[in-house]
Amino acid sequence: MDPQSPIHVSLRGVTKVFVSGLGRTHALGPIDIDLRRGEFFAVVGPSGCGKSTLLDVIAALTPPSQGAVTFEGRPIGNTVPDGVGVVFQENACFPWLNVADNITFGLRRQPVDKTEIEQRLQYALQLMGLQDFAHAFPSQLSGGMRQRVCIARTLVMQPRLILLDEPFGALDQQTRLLMGDELLRIWRATGATVLLITHALDEAAMLADRVAVMSARPGRILEVIETGWPRERDSQIVSVPEFGAITARLWTLLRAQSMQALRPEAV
Amino acid sequence: MALASAAGARMMRRTIYAHPSLFLVIGLLCLWQIAFWLVGRDALLPPLETILYLAGLLQTARFWGHIAETGTAFVIALAISVVAGLAIGLALGLNRMAAEVFEPFLLAGNSVPKIALYPIVLLIFGIGMPAKIAFGAIHGVVPVAIFTLTACSNVPPILFRAAAAMRLTRWDTIRSVLLPAALPDIFSGIRIGFSLTLIGTILGEMFGSQRGLGYLLMTAIGLQNIQVIMSVTLLLVLVAATVNTLLLAQDRRLRNPATPSQAP
Amino acid sequence: MRIALYRLLAVLLPLALLEILCRDRFITPLTLPAPSQILLGLWAVIEKGTFNAAILKTLTNVGLAFVLSVVVGITTGAAIHRARLLRALLEPLFSTYYAIPIYAFYPLFIVVFGLGDAPQVLIGFMLAVVSMIVSTLAGLDSVPPVLGKTALVLQLGPVETVRSVTLPYAAPYLFTGVKLAVAYAFIGVIGAEFIMSGTGLGYEIRFAYDNLDNNVMYPLILLILLIAITVNMSLDRWEWRLRARRGHG
Ligand SMILES: Nc1ncnc2c1ncn2[C@@H]1O[C@H](COP(=O)(O)OP(=O)(O)OP(=O)(O)O)[C@@H](O)[C@H]1O
Ligand SMILES: [Mg+2]
Repeated sequence: MDPQSPIHVSLRGVTKVFVSGLGRTHALGPIDIDLRRGEFFAVVGPSGCGKSTLLDVIAALTPPSQGAVTFEGRPIGNTVPDGVGVVFQENACFPWLNVADNITFGLRRQPVDKTEIEQRLQYALQLMGLQDFAHAFPSQLSGGMRQRVCIARTLVMQPRLILLDEPFGALDQQTRLLMGDELLRIWRATGATVLLITHALDEAAMLADRVAVMSARPGRILEVIETGWPRERDSQIVSVPEFGAITARLWTLLRAQSMQALRPEAV
Repeated sequence: MALASAAGARMMRRTIYAHPSLFLVIGLLCLWQIAFWLVGRDALLPPLETILYLAGLLQTARFWGHIAETGTAFVIALAISVVAGLAIGLALGLNRMAAEVFEPFLLAGNSVPKIALYPIVLLIFGIGMPAKIAFGAIHGVVPVAIFTLTACSNVPPILFRAAAAMRLTRWDTIRSVLLPAALPDIFSGIRIGFSLTLIGTILGEMFGSQRGLGYLLMTAIGLQNIQVIMSVTLLLVLVAATVNTLLLAQDRRLRNPATPSQAP
Repeated sequence: MRIALYRLLAVLLPLALLEILCRDRFITPLTLPAPSQILLGLWAVIEKGTFNAAILKTLTNVGLAFVLSVVVGITTGAAIHRARLLRALLEPLFSTYYAIPIYAFYPLFIVVFGLGDAPQVLIGFMLAVVSMIVSTLAGLDSVPPVLGKTALVLQLGPVETVRSVTLPYAAPYLFTGVKLAVAYAFIGVIGAEFIMSGTGLGYEIRFAYDNLDNNVMYPLILLILLIAITVNMSLDRWEWRLRARRGHG
């Protein structure tokens, strides 16, 4: 297959069923989506609909029960492919390492020379506003700062596909908007494909080229909405009239699903 | 064929998960028997013979005399351990300053090999009942006190603020907030205190007594009487393990009030 | 600062009281010599070096039991953590283990291993190893799944994951296990020396007791207490510093 094909990631008939002592949970799918190379793709959906599971499947952290995932034209195996970076929903900082060591943890295990590591570290610290905390330990940071450490740790690896699972969940609204701007800048500068999972509709509407809306569990893609934003954009678009229209459209789709997620027996 | 054996294996796993203790006991008995085959009759008695010998002992009045002696010493020592441990733990738990001053002493007391203190106990109490009671209590009181103190300091401060907001008196706060909140941890302390008091009492009897199971054990050691050693040890292990299992079940129930009491 | 002063007072006041009681012959030296006497006796014992061999023997055996229990405990704990069935089976054993009077097995060990150091070391090891296994299991249980996923994303192998993610995360739990293992190794070895053995500090104390030699017995008891407490406090210090670095209370 053509490595330069415009399709970067593709999912075909992907489902996930968890089997445990208590029974079977159909968590996801079937799902078919294609992520275009270099696009900013967002996924919104009600709580527990399988968004994190979807991310795990794409990153090869868990095998799909059915269906296939290809990344850069190759089917993914059972190890995380090269060039994929993940920022998890939970705090994944290593509590025994300071911020700088946390950020360079992966790099130090790669054939990258010292000066290069230092450069990328400084760049990442600056980008994430962590310059003054390079030697602090995670326990001395706020929840939002810890999440920024995890983002920095992913960015320094320079992945071609960045998967983010509600990375701004622990941030206040102002910082969210600013971090969104940073994410857009990083996305433009690196040319990476970004998959952003979020529960904030405005965030998805403002950042993404396309937004997928998922149904309540088992999560399926209800609709994919093109935002049509220019590549050069920032948080100012929240004041554009189309922004309101997109957010409203997302909410209409999600409202029914979210209510269903809250009282599943009523269906 | 392969399918049948796979299903059998799954079935086996499920049975083991359902009754781990049963299979553990079976496994230990097998290991015991194998160890017997390995080291021979000079060092070990096989399980069945031990059980039969113990059953024989249990039919003699003299053996019951020893059991009664140990039992009395143990019950008194346990009562002292629990009462004194709770008193120390609560006194320190209710007074931050005292806790800071004395906690290191408690922890040090926990790490010390208490057996080294037995000559002192004997010199103070002489040989007999008081010495073994004291020795049992020395072993049991420290863990009860430590667990009680930790339990008190682990109660979330918000509960005390809530109590203050409801204008509870100090005594009411202790009785209806502190104690219920700290009960599970305190109970764990009592459970561990139980085991250690038993071990302490037996040790006390081994050195400072002319009666009781510990004394029996010690004379048997001197005479290399494997039958008595093994059957007394088996009896002690059985009693300790049974009571501990019961206490552990109660402990879990206290921690998970939602689970019904019949749950495993 | 005030706390340290109170602690000092809490040690010194009872000692002073004892000292007075002993000097007044309210407590006879046959029961307890005055604390100052005991201290002098300890000094004499150390200076003369009569018991250096015994001290060395005890410390070596404790050290052996301790190192063995830590190594075996961590590896066993890590192995059991993966084998779920085995773990379910052993869990009841671990939870009743410390209710079992291990010393009762000592005579068996003597018959099997002879009268050398092995039975003492084995008793210390048997007491210590289970607390190490249990702490290792608790530590490994505490590792959040997301760190395992992070290791996968960074393409670390299984050994590297254990070495640079799992074990460092579990370190505080392992440290608790190490502290318990030291205490148990002491308790086991010295207890075994007491019960039946011809060497070591425990034996010497028992010997002195049987000969009513309080001038030796009390200094040796004090020595054991001092060693155990010093080791425990140094470990506490070390742990405290480790935790402070991570910023946990
Ligand atoms: N390891 C697992 N074993 C069994 N069930 C699981 C497992 N992981 C997730 N599930 C179930 O799968 C469903 C989807 O979970 P998932 O974490 O993907 O939801 P989510 O959309 O990310 O939710 P949220 O927005 O709250 O993060 C849930 O019902 C969850 O209970
Ligand atoms: Mg999620």
